[in-house]
Amino acid sequence: MGKIELLRGNYAASYGAKLSKVQVITAYPITPQTSIVEVLANCCASGELDAAFVRVESEHSAMSAAIGASAVGARVFTASGSQGLLYMAEGVHWAAGARLPIVMAIVNRALAAPWSVWTDHQDAISMRDSGWIQFFAKNNQEVLDTIIQVYKVAEDVNVCLPAMVNLDGFILSHTVMPVDIPEQEEVDDFLPPRPPGAPYELDSNNPMTYGNIADPTCYDEFRFSMHEAMQYSKKMIKKTTREFERKFGRNHGALLEEYRCTNDAEIIVFSMGTMAEEAEIAVDILRDEGIRAGSAKVRVFRPFPTEDIIRLSNGLKAILVIDRNLSFGLGGAVASEIKASLYQEKRKPFLRERVMGLGGRDVTAEIIAEEMEKTLGMVEKEEEVVIYE
Amino acid sequence: MVRVLVATSRPKIGSAGKTGTWRFRRPVIDYEKCNACGYCWMFCPEAAIVFYEHMEKPEVNYDWCKGCGICSDVCPRDAITMKKERLKRRI
Repeated sequence: MGKIELLRGNYAASYGAKLSKVQVITAYPITPQTSIVEVLANCCASGELDAAFVRVESEHSAMSAAIGASAVGARVFTASGSQGLLYMAEGVHWAAGARLPIVMAIVNRALAAPWSVWTDHQDAISMRDSGWIQFFAKNNQEVLDTIIQVYKVAEDVNVCLPAMVNLDGFILSHTVMPVDIPEQEEVDDFLPPRPPGAPYELDSNNPMTYGNIADPTCYDEFRFSMHEAMQYSKKMIKKTTREFERKFGRNHGALLEEYRCTNDAEIIVFSMGTMAEEAEIAVDILRDEGIRAGSAKVRVFRPFPTEDIIRLSNGLKAILVIDRNLSFGLGGAVASEIKASLYQEKRKPFLRERVMGLGGRDVTAEIIAEEMEKTLGMVEKEEEVVIYE
Repeated sequence: MVRVLVATSRPKIGSAGKTGTWRFRRPVIDYEKCNACGYCWMFCPEAAIVFYEHMEKPEVNYDWCKGCGICSDVCPRDAITMKKERLKRRI
């Protein structure tokens, strides 16, 4: 049992990295991520954290430096969001292909144009095909806990993939919540140092290059290997979540966090990030009215929790999916992937998808409850679904 | 057990063969003009100019020099000229 402090989401991320004893930190500031790196810079300067802090002139350089440091075998941490994440985009894909277990905190912020500093998930979603494991946190405690857990998953010898921990800009990053900060010894017990040689370590006495050219006869094998590792990581995530709960007494869900998803639930709402916490309140409101509602927070977006979604949909009347992102010309990413997961099922629930909260527009529990009621109403009337109005 | 595949390679000496055979012109250093500033050595992209600490002036390693002409271009004393050259024998 650690000490409870009032922490902003950003500081929770910094503490998560500090407790994970990261060895190299390299990042470029961007609103609303900046204070994550400021706190870590302070920790390095004061000697509280024995890590190398590399100052870079852009996010592209930050990811490049992170790749180099990780290739040498260091435990690396970086942070970005929005335009910054896009600026480092080629590095993001590269790091995953090079199988380097870098952990990055992404403070989700809407993408320009038009310009916005408020939150939505478009930035992270635009990297969904990069090969990074993607977690979405719903509160500051989860931010801290997830960073510690994610190093264990990413660095596993069978995984070796980088991971993003997403937190909603301003709603979590700049909002103060009570956070239980575990003791360093407890974290050391849970999270050992990075396993050596996973996947490789640069050594000037035995030089090598990595990320080499691969011709059409073998490139695909490297890529399928990444997909296999992603699928395997589902097991690692579940295992790590259980271990964390045994040690620290907290469980934020493995791939999904189910709230009141009873066997007789009529409707389940799927959402990511802070909307999921609002959704729990919405579920309580509806349950009080006698509606058997439940909420499933999509904690891990990559790898996508296909099996868990199929399991939850069994016997379910209706699904409401709320996406805080929009794939123009298609719809919300979570909704389209849930639909894809359910395609082969003989009996599928009625599915309504809504795109909400873009650019930081407020999504409250009352709104979610209203949308869930509307969804149930539509099931009866077999109405057509409109995603945005 | 999942196999983690990584695209890596280790260096092999001369894995492309002696690249000196690629040349059709060779740099010639006029040692009267050369003041051993080291620019040619510094800028050679192939490390084909050797200039160890014990050496007075830099020397071209014609086994590996590809004849790109950068050394000649950067020499502040114009001490390096590119002379036409053809391999008599095809390898």
